[in-house]
Amino acid sequence: MASTTTLPPAPASAPGPRGDERMGRRSPFQKLLGRPEVGALVGAVVLFIFFSLVSSTFLQPNAFATVLYGSSTIGIMAVGVSLLMIGGEFDLSAGVAVISSALTASMFSWYFSMNVWVGVALALVVSLGIGFVNGYILVKTKLPSFIVTLATFLMLTGLNLALTRAIGGSVSSPSIATMDGFASARAVFASDLNVGGVDIKIPIVYWVILVLIASWILLRTKVGNWIFAAGGDANAARAVGVPVTKTKIGLFMAVGFCGWFLGMHNLFAFDAVQSGEGVGNEFLYIIAAVIGGCLLTGGYGSAVGGAIGAFIFGMANKGIVYAQWNPDWFKFFLGLMLLLATIVNLIVKRRAELK
Amino acid sequence: MNAKQIDQQTLLKDEKDPLTHTPVHLLSLDGVGKHYGNIIALRDVTMAVDNGRVTCVLGDNGAGKSTLIKIIAGLHQHDEGVLHVMGDERKFNSPRDALDAGIATVYQDLAVVPLMPIWRNFFLGSELTTGFGPFKSMDVQKMKDITLKELAAMGIDLRDVEQPIGQLSGGERQCVAIARAVYFGAKVLILDEPTAALGVKQSGVVLRYILQARDRGLGVIFITHNPHHAFPVGDRFLLLKRGKSIGYYDKKDITLDELTAQMAGGAELAELAHELEQLGGHTQALREVQAEVAGVSEVTDVTDVAGAADDSKESSPRHA
Repeated sequence: MASTTTLPPAPASAPGPRGDERMGRRSPFQKLLGRPEVGALVGAVVLFIFFSLVSSTFLQPNAFATVLYGSSTIGIMAVGVSLLMIGGEFDLSAGVAVISSALTASMFSWYFSMNVWVGVALALVVSLGIGFVNGYILVKTKLPSFIVTLATFLMLTGLNLALTRAIGGSVSSPSIATMDGFASARAVFASDLNVGGVDIKIPIVYWVILVLIASWILLRTKVGNWIFAAGGDANAARAVGVPVTKTKIGLFMAVGFCGWFLGMHNLFAFDAVQSGEGVGNEFLYIIAAVIGGCLLTGGYGSAVGGAIGAFIFGMANKGIVYAQWNPDWFKFFLGLMLLLATIVNLIVKRRAELK
Repeated sequence: MNAKQIDQQTLLKDEKDPLTHTPVHLLSLDGVGKHYGNIIALRDVTMAVDNGRVTCVLGDNGAGKSTLIKIIAGLHQHDEGVLHVMGDERKFNSPRDALDAGIATVYQDLAVVPLMPIWRNFFLGSELTTGFGPFKSMDVQKMKDITLKELAAMGIDLRDVEQPIGQLSGGERQCVAIARAVYFGAKVLILDEPTAALGVKQSGVVLRYILQARDRGLGVIFITHNPHHAFPVGDRFLLLKRGKSIGYYDKKDITLDELTAQMAGGAELAELAHELEQLGGHTQALREVQAEVAGVSEVTDVTDVAGAADDSKESSPRHA
């Protein structure tokens, strides 16, 4: 039985009458329908046309730049949150972690009268640290991320309020506008670019860059492969040698990085931060990712989808104002949008898979 | 009982490892055992795997088959006995360890991620990259080409390696998993119940893949509870029952009927017949079971079967 000659390969028809006659070719259009972000894309186009029709100002360059800016403040976080969700976890502490980061930078620089860049660097360490702690507790205890990050969410909310009052004596961090390095930090994190007479806020640029980097990581690097695998089937991934725990911790730290970035923008767009802010924003990031086609259970989605989700959010948020409706309706629209987008995603995905 | 057990010593005398020309097995276990707390999951298992051979591990549910492969695959560590790879004593701390030693496992659930495309699954955990530093990216085209080629070599002709692997049939997915292990230079291939969830025809296809892997010079460990699948492809047969070895045979020393008889648990059948007799009434059922026992007795012998029923005799020399 130990013959070393190679058997001729089994005939192609071996696994029975499978293949081509049972599976027609998928047209490029059907392939496009199989992409995770297609539902969100359809929703975004519909919404765009809708607001263009009902509001005369919506399409004006400056108004549209404002829409994009609103989208970017959600979108920057949605990049990290989308990757994390594809990796099978989600982060309820992301909203307040943004404020924690901003508070760290401002309080530290103010208290020690240091150059604000020192505070910015420390805030980065703190943000990555929060992500690391979230991820580490998750992989060590194997508790669901809902519980772990809910706990850090509550703890951070408390810390933000308590430490800000204990150190600065107020619910808001003290102004750091006159401190060393403030001008240069503002130039980096919160400046405006003038493109053809239109003010483009710089977070929009960073948002686009982050989406491109995240898409590249997800689709073209092995880490991206690991992210899909960790979310799709963590046990299978581990069995073939994927470092699942490192991947998950890394994803939480990526959310931390995005949070640091947005935190710095929030801080330097003004010169102080309200310690009670950020609560509830974590849901906006998750909503953006879900509208963008990221599966809540992990293993499926895209960074571009999260960006489109954030754009839908931005359009609905500002569009209502431009249409001169009562902004009270915004949350209702957001909920409706979430429902419709996920249903469209579901239908599109099922149809694409059947074909 | 005319089935003869393998004598590890004579096997070592006659055979040399074709790679090193030293008389060692590719993989061998000697008296390996494992317990979880006070539960003994496995004890005293001795077996060997060689290049171009198929070692079958047979046993019913709960016989310890899964524990055995988890030890070899590095998911669990053994507490007793020794595990040798190419003559070196080893204890694997992680699946990565075992993979690095050339031991690849195709699990029952296949360790594939259903939503991911075939080519991503094929290279998962061992992606090919180009470029360097932070700009290292996957060599997507090359990976797709290799996937297509390797699967064609195993006899499945796929049109599109972009489709999610969850859309393939069970046999095809099995084949992808086997092709993956072969491509990544596995020396030992562990197949965990590859035919358990498959139909008759698909099982035949998978058995052919096993032979192909063997003929490429791999040592194959084929875990199954079906002697009809094991016998045609196997060279050696390890029978497990309740966490211990109840026999280790070379193919020339055992027939399919004997294997089946050992697996079918002639003892349990005899016991069932006895119980039915005592209960009375179930004449029809009793007659069927007795016929079954008679069939089994033709290949083993009745006293032996009765003896095996007695727990105290489980450690008789024949079973040691």
